[in-house]
Amino acid sequence: MSKTIKFIQGNEVCVEAALYAGLNFFAGYPITPSTEIAELLSFRLPQIGGRFIQMEDEIASMCAIIGASLTGSKVMTATSGPGFSLMQEALGYAVMAEIPSVIVNVQRGGPSTGLPTHVSQGDVNQARWGTHGDHAIITLTASNHQDVFAMTVEAFNLAETYRTPVILLFDEVVGHMRERVVIPDKGEQPLVDRLRTAVKSGVDYHPYLPREDGRLPMSDFGGVHRYNVTGLAHDMWGFPSGNPQVVHGLMRHLIDKIQSNAAEIARIREFFLEDADCILISYGSSARSSLHVVQNRRKRGERIGLLELQSLWPFPARIVREKCRHAQTIVVVEMNMGQVLEQVKLAVEQPERVFLANRMDGVFINPTDIRNILRLIQGRGI
Amino acid sequence: MERCRMVFSGSGGQGVITAAIILAEAAVLYEDLIAVQSQSYGPEARGGSTRTDVIIADSEIYFPKVTQPNVLVCLTQEAYNKFHPIIRPGGSLITDTRFVKTERRVDARQIELAMFQAVMESIGKPIVFNICMLGAVIAITGLVRPESIIRVLETRIPPSFLEMNQKALDLGITIAQNLGSQS
Repeated sequence: MSKTIKFIQGNEVCVEAALYAGLNFFAGYPITPSTEIAELLSFRLPQIGGRFIQMEDEIASMCAIIGASLTGSKVMTATSGPGFSLMQEALGYAVMAEIPSVIVNVQRGGPSTGLPTHVSQGDVNQARWGTHGDHAIITLTASNHQDVFAMTVEAFNLAETYRTPVILLFDEVVGHMRERVVIPDKGEQPLVDRLRTAVKSGVDYHPYLPREDGRLPMSDFGGVHRYNVTGLAHDMWGFPSGNPQVVHGLMRHLIDKIQSNAAEIARIREFFLEDADCILISYGSSARSSLHVVQNRRKRGERIGLLELQSLWPFPARIVREKCRHAQTIVVVEMNMGQVLEQVKLAVEQPERVFLANRMDGVFINPTDIRNILRLIQGRGI
Repeated sequence: MERCRMVFSGSGGQGVITAAIILAEAAVLYEDLIAVQSQSYGPEARGGSTRTDVIIADSEIYFPKVTQPNVLVCLTQEAYNKFHPIIRPGGSLITDTRFVKTERRVDARQIELAMFQAVMESIGKPIVFNICMLGAVIAITGLVRPESIIRVLETRIPPSFLEMNQKALDLGITIAQNLGSQS
């Protein structure tokens, strides 16, 4: 059988992957540069018996996918910076109530309305700490369409595995550019289905009682079990509790289920790291510019490599530390004022060797920008 | 093959972005090549000057934008004035005689074609101007076969419009080939 090859936008790849992963409910409010995701799903979901709802705003969109997920659907919403801000309160609810959900943020320039049609990677920290309270979160990203597909499917899988919202942090360049993507055959990329409780109707079901492996089997809301879901700290029944022991257990569970699996969640790609004196660390579209520089400089015999991060949260600190152990210079390439730079500095043994190559003016960072910064770092001037 | 970096520019509605997508899709789906296409977003895409970048190669393309095109197409004076300095030395600068008066000389092959005039004379519908331009581009560059363009068009436009598009594509090819035989 011949492969299905498409030449489409990154946003369209995200849609193909979400449907491949089993998406059957989308609620959203279209916003540049993520609009194509909502547009295409409004057409595609009804064709497969799924539901598409255009909500009144992003607050309602996030709330709608939470409700739909509880009833057993695989859910997603898509937005950009301003809408992502509005989703933060309900995102925290999804963390607290442990609702599998996928939130796509195709980043544009901010703060506020910022630069609607221009690229940025300024929401890295918002993905981590945009919602209030102590919590753990999973955030994935990608630099090319094949990885957009893979990471989108992964986002659905991780959301189900850890009962958590997962953020897909793409950017305008990857969302809008067109390139080739090979759609995997059914079964080629594994899918994680919802873990449902074996507890029968009429028997007590504890919605928030973790199994020994830390996972919580779900029961489709509105089905055979009647139970409570709340944003308040809650006990194993889902009822509000202020008991310090219960609250402590809940918080430990919420954070440990993700942090203690950080190694399983971590996703990276590496290029020429074995003997690299200089390591570029990048993610999303800026990793493309970085790889362009690395490929060209390798041809001239320079010992330069790229560590591309595909998971940003939990931050893959251990991998970064190990890969950078022998590097003389580490340059973080990103389109913000150094949000991943700070994480890299915390991760490596010698933070004074870490530099930033960035742009934050809405212009896609290009190989010349990176080359000039490398020359400055090497003391060779532009 | 040598990596081909192209910029198509014009005004919103002329179809330069559509033409770029068709070309890149033809290269990927029917010529087994690698291609990346991107475009300017925002209000200019709906009336002002628009720009789209296409790279076609036989190896992986990482940086998806074009800084110095081998092939630059300008279909309005505004686009020509704005973009002509970025042409790669030795590249091909393609303009339409109806819309662009070339002024300064650049270190490139300047190809001035009467595409719009030919479309209006033999087809009478400006809507296929972009396909005529595409015909000229593939004749000049040899990047993809005309059949590959047609195969993409078959998936994108109603069957009743196919003949008109085929005609426009052939027209562009002929105009560019005649140029070759003259020089």
